[in-house]
Amino acid sequence: MSPERTPILKVSNLVKRFGGFHALDGLSFHVTPGEILGLVGPNGSGKTTAINVISGLYAPDGGEVTFDGASAGGAASHRLVHRGINRTFQVPKPFLSLTVRQNIQVALAYGGATGAPSIAELLDDYRLKEVADRPAADLNSAQQKMLDLTRALATRPRLLLLDELAAGLNPAELDWIAGRIKALAATGMAIIVVEHLMGFIEQITDRVIVLNAGKEIFEGTLATAVREPQVIEVFLGGEHAR
Amino acid sequence: MPSAASRHLLFILAPLVAVFALLPGVYQNHLLLFNFVIFLILAQGVNIIYGFTGYLPFGYVGFFGAGAYGFAIMVMHLQWPAVLAVLVGGVVAVLLGLLLTPLLRLSGAYFAIANLAASLAVLHFVANPALEGITKGPYGVSLTGTFNPTHAYYAAVVVMGLTVAAVVYLKNSAFGLALQAVREDAVSASMAGVNVVKMRVIAWLASALIAGLAGGIYAWYVSVFYPDNVFSGEFSIFAIVFALFGGVATITGPIVGVIILYGIYNLIGFTTPQYFQLIYGLLIMGLVLFLPAGLVSLATRRGWNVP
Repeated sequence: MSPERTPILKVSNLVKRFGGFHALDGLSFHVTPGEILGLVGPNGSGKTTAINVISGLYAPDGGEVTFDGASAGGAASHRLVHRGINRTFQVPKPFLSLTVRQNIQVALAYGGATGAPSIAELLDDYRLKEVADRPAADLNSAQQKMLDLTRALATRPRLLLLDELAAGLNPAELDWIAGRIKALAATGMAIIVVEHLMGFIEQITDRVIVLNAGKEIFEGTLATAVREPQVIEVFLGGEHAR
Repeated sequence: MPSAASRHLLFILAPLVAVFALLPGVYQNHLLLFNFVIFLILAQGVNIIYGFTGYLPFGYVGFFGAGAYGFAIMVMHLQWPAVLAVLVGGVVAVLLGLLLTPLLRLSGAYFAIANLAASLAVLHFVANPALEGITKGPYGVSLTGTFNPTHAYYAAVVVMGLTVAAVVYLKNSAFGLALQAVREDAVSASMAGVNVVKMRVIAWLASALIAGLAGGIYAWYVSVFYPDNVFSGEFSIFAIVFALFGGVATITGPIVGVIILYGIYNLIGFTTPQYFQLIYGLLIMGLVLFLPAGLVSLATRRGWNVP
């Protein structure tokens, strides 16, 4: 394994329980710098829980999260941000009464990153220039998603977790954001994408992991995954799998 | 062009301090002026903890009373000079704030009620007859040795100036922005790299310090008081209503709120007390219904930037 391909994130045997429900039940995977990994699976399969554990919102009940060679499981979110992990949210969570510019300023000031992109670059790159001085509450949902993304990028992450960033975007916006995500990966950023839009996943990912009931049931390219009987079964039901 | 912070210091802080420093020379009711300054301090203290971080401190007077008793104990038992005793009042309030930091785990109405309960607990602790040897219990304190309303008044003006300067800093710094980010969404704030717990504790202790200093100066000014006076819920309610009326998370909002509402209180509360409750009630109802973000929102709605 060349140094380039050393995983930046390794997740082994991750367990997360909510009461008696096992949201993650021994999940293991890795992602390398510059790679775009897709996490797919039906609702409730544990995709968002995995992202919440990796980004420090939940402490794991078992297993290991290793980021950049050191343990990261159960660490506080802001510390993980300083170490180079960031994320977006399925339902974007901007600071509503602050302006777009101020939203990004907070992350630039507290993200602990050196060499982060400037506000002007981020506003320009993610089509927020026109609304820079408006409160985030005035933005439409696609713009709020982009603001969520720029908040994450302002901390200059080396691992970026995108939770359904593409949902609700129109086809032209999808193409544009796919190009943006690929460009970020080309800089060496590792990216994990949770998404329901399979066309979008196919367009941007190198590899996917299919989850069901908190476990991995498939790993490989999406093109292979869709021919896998076990994958077809969890998505469409048993009668469709041959 | 000067920075926004220096403009705020020059055009808001400096005139405010100058007016209250000069008014005693031309206006005879010094007690009224003193009360104005005390409420300006407390309303800005509420602004810091509520406006910038979202915690509504219904028991804010607990810090004020703790500051007053911190002052009284230093003067009664150790004969400390008044200025140092005021500082101790601030420290006592900060220590009380540290003791109460677990309350910050609560939010919304739960925090407000727990904070109110905590302030009542401190009142009953101080007023306990068993502590007569230290606090004089329910019998009240008399601090004739340090009585000097003129010095106490100017000390209050200084603390008001420092408090407004602190709010100017919050309004113009990344630190203040991060506090507001925590208020808006603590999870997103942590994903912006902000240490949410640390920020909340700093704001909480800063607002405790401000109320403690104000309480110490109040004790210095009045010299004779009972636990019920300095732990009166009116201080919390007035400070909160004044801050909300003007508009929180701004520098000018709480100032405008105190000047208008406390002005009306003194105008009609004494001359025509029979109408006072009615007019006050109507004003506050009107505010909640039509201007929930305070008077300053009349300007911000038009797109004007209100400092």
